[in-house]
Amino acid sequence: MNPGDILRILPEIVLTLTGVLIMLIDASLPPRLPRRTLGWVAAFGVTLALWASLWQLSLPVGTAFYSTVETSPFTIFFHVLICGIVLVVLLLSLDTLPEDSHHQGEYYALIVFGAVGMCLLTSGIELLVIFIALEISSISTYVLAGYRKESGRGPEAALKYFLLGSFATGFLLYGIALAFGATGTTQVYELAQYLPNAQNHMLVAAAMALMLVGILFKVSAAPFHVWTPDVYEGAPSPVVALMSTAPKAAAFALLLRVLYEIFPSLHQAWAPLLWCVSVLSMTVGNLAALRQQNVKRMLAYSSIAHAGYLLAALAGLGASGIAAASFYTAAYAAMNVGIFAVITLASGYDDARVLIADYRGLIYRSPVLGILLIFFLTSLVGIPFTAGFFGKFYAFAAAMGGNANWLALIGLLNSGLAAAYYLRLAFVTVQAPAESQQPEQALSRAGVAVAAALLFTAGATFLLGVVPTRVLQAVETGAHTLQVPSVESGSSGVNASTQPAP
Amino acid sequence: MSYLNESILTILLLTPLAGAIVVALLPDRGKLSAWVALLTTLVTFVFTLHLAAQFNLGQHGFQFEINRLWIENPAIYYHVGVDGLSLWLVVLVGLLAPIGIVASWNAIERRRKIFYSLFLVQQTAMLGVFLSLDLILYYGFWELSLVPMAVLIAMFARKDGSRAALKFFLFTFIPSAPLLVAILWLYARTGTFNFSDLQALIASGGLPAGPLCWVAFAFLFAFAVKVPVFPLHGWLADTYSEAPVALAMVVAGKLGLYSMLRFHIGLFPVQSRALAPWLIALAVIGLLYGACLALVQRDFWRLLAFASLSHLSLIVLGIYGLTFTGWDGAIYQILNHGVVDGALFLLLGVLEVRYATSQIASYGGLATKLPQTATFFVITSLAMIGLPMLNGFVGEFLILSSTFTGVSRGWAVAATFGVILGAAYMLWLVQRVFYGPLSDMTSARPAQDLRAGELAILWPLAILMLVMGLAPTLWLSAIENRTGPPTVKSFAAVPSSSLMLNLAALREGKR
Repeated sequence: MNPGDILRILPEIVLTLTGVLIMLIDASLPPRLPRRTLGWVAAFGVTLALWASLWQLSLPVGTAFYSTVETSPFTIFFHVLICGIVLVVLLLSLDTLPEDSHHQGEYYALIVFGAVGMCLLTSGIELLVIFIALEISSISTYVLAGYRKESGRGPEAALKYFLLGSFATGFLLYGIALAFGATGTTQVYELAQYLPNAQNHMLVAAAMALMLVGILFKVSAAPFHVWTPDVYEGAPSPVVALMSTAPKAAAFALLLRVLYEIFPSLHQAWAPLLWCVSVLSMTVGNLAALRQQNVKRMLAYSSIAHAGYLLAALAGLGASGIAAASFYTAAYAAMNVGIFAVITLASGYDDARVLIADYRGLIYRSPVLGILLIFFLTSLVGIPFTAGFFGKFYAFAAAMGGNANWLALIGLLNSGLAAAYYLRLAFVTVQAPAESQQPEQALSRAGVAVAAALLFTAGATFLLGVVPTRVLQAVETGAHTLQVPSVESGSSGVNASTQPAP
Repeated sequence: MSYLNESILTILLLTPLAGAIVVALLPDRGKLSAWVALLTTLVTFVFTLHLAAQFNLGQHGFQFEINRLWIENPAIYYHVGVDGLSLWLVVLVGLLAPIGIVASWNAIERRRKIFYSLFLVQQTAMLGVFLSLDLILYYGFWELSLVPMAVLIAMFARKDGSRAALKFFLFTFIPSAPLLVAILWLYARTGTFNFSDLQALIASGGLPAGPLCWVAFAFLFAFAVKVPVFPLHGWLADTYSEAPVALAMVVAGKLGLYSMLRFHIGLFPVQSRALAPWLIALAVIGLLYGACLALVQRDFWRLLAFASLSHLSLIVLGIYGLTFTGWDGAIYQILNHGVVDGALFLLLGVLEVRYATSQIASYGGLATKLPQTATFFVITSLAMIGLPMLNGFVGEFLILSSTFTGVSRGWAVAATFGVILGAAYMLWLVQRVFYGPLSDMTSARPAQDLRAGELAILWPLAILMLVMGLAPTLWLSAIENRTGPPTVKSFAAVPSSSLMLNLAALREGKR
């Protein structure tokens, strides 16, 4: 091990220390004292981790800890994205978590630990490290999903998520085992090197299929999507903001790594498979969302559809597909966290507004919230000059570049269909409130933290739609670094690819 | 002055947007937002007039062009410019905006801030559609124009806003999905979104003909829904009868018709020639069908909607006759339709605000009570049905005569019947609303005749109708100076290799 290796996992270390610190403070504070400050500690730690990830750009591309983790513009992009999402979710939770809710300290610690897992997931290049990272992030999300213990739906959501999730992780692990069986290694670069020459093709194909099942479950692509609406409905809104974006971003990074680094030789096999999954996800997601009356369930189905749009990008060839998928992840994260932030504020931690009809007249009660809700909805529809448009634009442009014209057409028609349910919500919010309605409960008070969260997401959604150039450059650099380094002459040993850090 | 001319188009696009932001930031008190919005639209109008004054009649090609890189990969440019085709449409948008605000002055009583700020965003989007020469930029504005419109219909509709807004939105949004696919296909094959480059590349014949047919069809379909062309007009009547007057006035026709001329015929002359007979047939059917339905409507907004369908179909006929005279007439008629429809919407809006109903049967004998309204209404109606000396005549004559001589006598005769029906429903409307005995409602309610603000708009409009009827050359000389649409012949005459060279030279020049 090289002492410089530590720098390659600096964000993860910062996050871990923050999480441990929060747990220690939480345990040592007298039980009566409010725990809100812990949220600020967490936010500070995550900001530090975000800064550390950006600092990693100054490191040369390379691996550490005997080729188990990697730092490259690709991993840094996803680190920054995940830390950004987690930061916004923390800011959102700070003001909306009820003051007297129990286990606030644990809540913040779990979010931060989850972030550790997600970050590690994107930078791991050893399948076992990846698996452990996935478990770290999943377990914290399972717990967070059931955080409203007093309501029946919380534990139900958590249990469903846990059972199905661990089942899916089992698939992933089985796939890893088969890949190990075929090649004798679990290191990504070595797998990439050995797999094209592997003797047993069935074994390799089975390994790939099983790993894909595990990952597609995590990104909630159809037909592995059934858990999504129930879990989103039961989990508290700030948690949904987190789990609909950050773990998915990490899982998409893993998907890209698996497809383009480990199994590029099987492109002929996985491309049609993903074509089907993509079309199925967007169609099933949109058709089901059309019928929903519950806002969170509707957005759950919409997130399934968005997973489909994102997978369409993978029909693109090589780097353009990776870049488009990464960009879509960022765009989707900005608008989806944003809309859940608005929903958290409008309906509170306890989900006072459940149905679409409950949002009637929101713009009259709170113009800012109403306008932001419409803004995020237009971005989800994919109207130009918002992040959603460029996300879709690049995804489908990449698909067309890969000659998947039908996929692009189906995808765009689907997004036309999707406009119907997004706009139903948008139009309900602008209708005059009914006279007979009882005076509504006041909206949650908006503090500095929540205002910052809204500003951050709305700003990101707008800027990604107007001046996406910087982010595009980042994802393109990232896409070009997502590749197996060419093997140096004669040495395929584990240590050979480890480069000393500066 | 030269600095102003260099960036006039950017200023034009930014002025309404800046106004929208100012309105959004100011407090929602009294008529403050309305005043700010009126001021913004007047300033914008002055800028559009400046554009028209500085337009160089002799110069071919696009003028006031701005071409800057927006996004590197894929190469999307902020590329705007005007030619004879778009010049007067830009001025028309500038003209209709203050009219729209005056029409909403008393009709919009609550949430003025949201209304006026979205109205101004809508204006930016519409100007953007007419000015953009980069397909993605164009597509961006095209889609953007839907949002403020849909939200405002949902918010300020007369009865069932959400339904009408959703219908309006989906009718335009879903066909624009194939449009985007078609644009992306063109980009994947040619590597450019630039209008002029694409025009040259497609004309040079380097692209496979089969897919190109579909691409052209995708363009056409998206535009035909927006116009609307029969039988895609399902959204029109609901939008007209639900939307606030100011928005209904700006929604129909212009965007779709302009896009047909610029991007369908302009980019795909061969393919549009192949489809022209179908479109001519649909246009004549739409013309007659719209006129017949307008005859039997009980609600004057719906009557106006079907009248618009009829009039827009006439313009489509002029466009797809594919003759120069027809195109001149079509563009001129788009302007006429904007001016006349603007005045009609304003007048009917006045009636609706005064009497709170749009049922024609409730009215009667208003000419004695509201003489000024009646006078202006009659003038506008006469302009609409194409009385010589007024503007409608020039456009209709150009379109019908070019159809008669250049396309087909049968279709021209059928279209003339439609125009006669047009006279019938308009004059009958005038008779039912303004003449005859006073109805119960009109005799019971005292009502004020036109206010100063409304007169300030209607007088210039009436004079404009007269001038446009008497001296059409003022406009036509610029209209004839357009870059597109190219004729098939002119492309066949030029060998494709020289076009490619031209394109290469063009690109070098840009750098």
